[in-house]
Amino acid sequence: MSSKKKKKLSPTQQEYQQFAQEREPKRPILYNCVKAFFVGGIICTIGQALSLFFVKYFHFSQEAAGNPATAVLIILTVLLTGFGVFDHIAQFAGAGTVIPITGFANTIASAAIEHQTEGYVLGVGGNMFKLAGPVIVYGVFSAFVVSLVVISLRALGVM
Amino acid sequence: MLKGHQTWVFESKPTIIASAAVGGPYEAKGNLASDFDLLHGDIRLGQDSFEKAEQKLQEQACETAIKKAKMKKEDVQFLFSGDLINQIVPSSFSARTLSVPYLGLYGACSTSMEGLSLASLLVDSQFAKNALVCASSHNAASEKQYRYPTEYGSQKPPTAQWTVTGAGAALVAAQGEGPRVTASTIGRVIDMGLTDPFNMGAAMAPAAVDTIEAHFRDLDRDPSYYDLIATGDLGRVGHRIAGDLLIKHGFNIPKEIFTDCGVLIYKQDQPVVLAGGSGCGCCAVTTFGHFLNRMRKGELRKILVIATGALLSPMSYQQKESIPCIAHAVSIEI
Repeated sequence: MSSKKKKKLSPTQQEYQQFAQEREPKRPILYNCVKAFFVGGIICTIGQALSLFFVKYFHFSQEAAGNPATAVLIILTVLLTGFGVFDHIAQFAGAGTVIPITGFANTIASAAIEHQTEGYVLGVGGNMFKLAGPVIVYGVFSAFVVSLVVISLRALGVM
Repeated sequence: MLKGHQTWVFESKPTIIASAAVGGPYEAKGNLASDFDLLHGDIRLGQDSFEKAEQKLQEQACETAIKKAKMKKEDVQFLFSGDLINQIVPSSFSARTLSVPYLGLYGACSTSMEGLSLASLLVDSQFAKNALVCASSHNAASEKQYRYPTEYGSQKPPTAQWTVTGAGAALVAAQGEGPRVTASTIGRVIDMGLTDPFNMGAAMAPAAVDTIEAHFRDLDRDPSYYDLIATGDLGRVGHRIAGDLLIKHGFNIPKEIFTDCGVLIYKQDQPVVLAGGSGCGCCAVTTFGHFLNRMRKGELRKILVIATGALLSPMSYQQKESIPCIAHAVSIEI
């Protein structure tokens, strides 16, 4: 908690929070990092294998092979989400499943499944990007800022 | 009759003539499976939405309690019920099915004891011959409303709790056989400034402690008066904090009689529940199922149940508000 927030609390509240914190189990950060590293690594290895597979058997170029490999990972994630397995893998893996495209596919699929009961337009359509929306908004905005910087640097002859 | 600041003593000792508990798949794998009247393997209960499933849970709990009392639903005079879903629709919709005069309640996870207090008050004051209390929660419906979609993959911290899928109902009457409600202490809203919805146990513990202290102060009783003192859904984390906080305040409840519904309901080897159970259904099924069954068997004679509730909404949390909490205590004796 930030120090700014702490200042607003009364001494009793601060004392209690300290008291409670001493009795709470902490997130096992190091262990979580190790799990995330290995699961994330396995997912990326599968991606790489898929990529090589498309190069070898479907004659994709090295650059273009990423697209079908990504598509296969997305389809797998959506299937695992639909069968109710993905959330259990994610509880184990943490950031390991969030960071690659699997996390993004899961946010969209899970929200779509969840809100199907409210209809296809207001339910699925309206909520599908509930979690993925912020990623898209800030992703696009960051890309815009970065491209502005690149263009300016090029114009100035730095790059 | 009011005693002390905030405790009602029911002179006529209204009787819980029947009670029922209905649960879902994770509750069936838990410690208290044999105390449920009905367990469902399907989290949707064959309905097309989680919200409808919760409504069904309530209907089944109420119908089972009425049946056990050998009554018809027309004989029930009033219904108090509540749940966690927006505008308490599962409660209102199941009240539509039962078509009994109805008062909807919202006390978050403290609803079961809030309802039991009000029903006992109604019966004790002779405004009714009987009143039905029901409280429910549904894991997926609550996750959907308060957190993320159920299938969304996020890692929860070890302090997080698992919302119980279940409904508990109790029929309180002026006459009959069974455990009797002798007193209830209505809690104040306590806010210790905690903001983490994945750590509700720590947020609710001070509310439970405040109500427990008020109860014993108002009635001038000692904790040894009871065979069992159970908090509603503090879970492993919150229950430990509450116990230590009581000791710090110079209040010694023997460890063997102090327990928590959220800890009891699931087994230690159910990793999915993390710190334990929560939700309106947690205290409702444990009290109206497990505890009352034990009382009827003669294993327990006097119990105090303190249902704890976190009065937050998904919006208040996003607006960075802290989590105000409440707890109501009900004393049941046989």
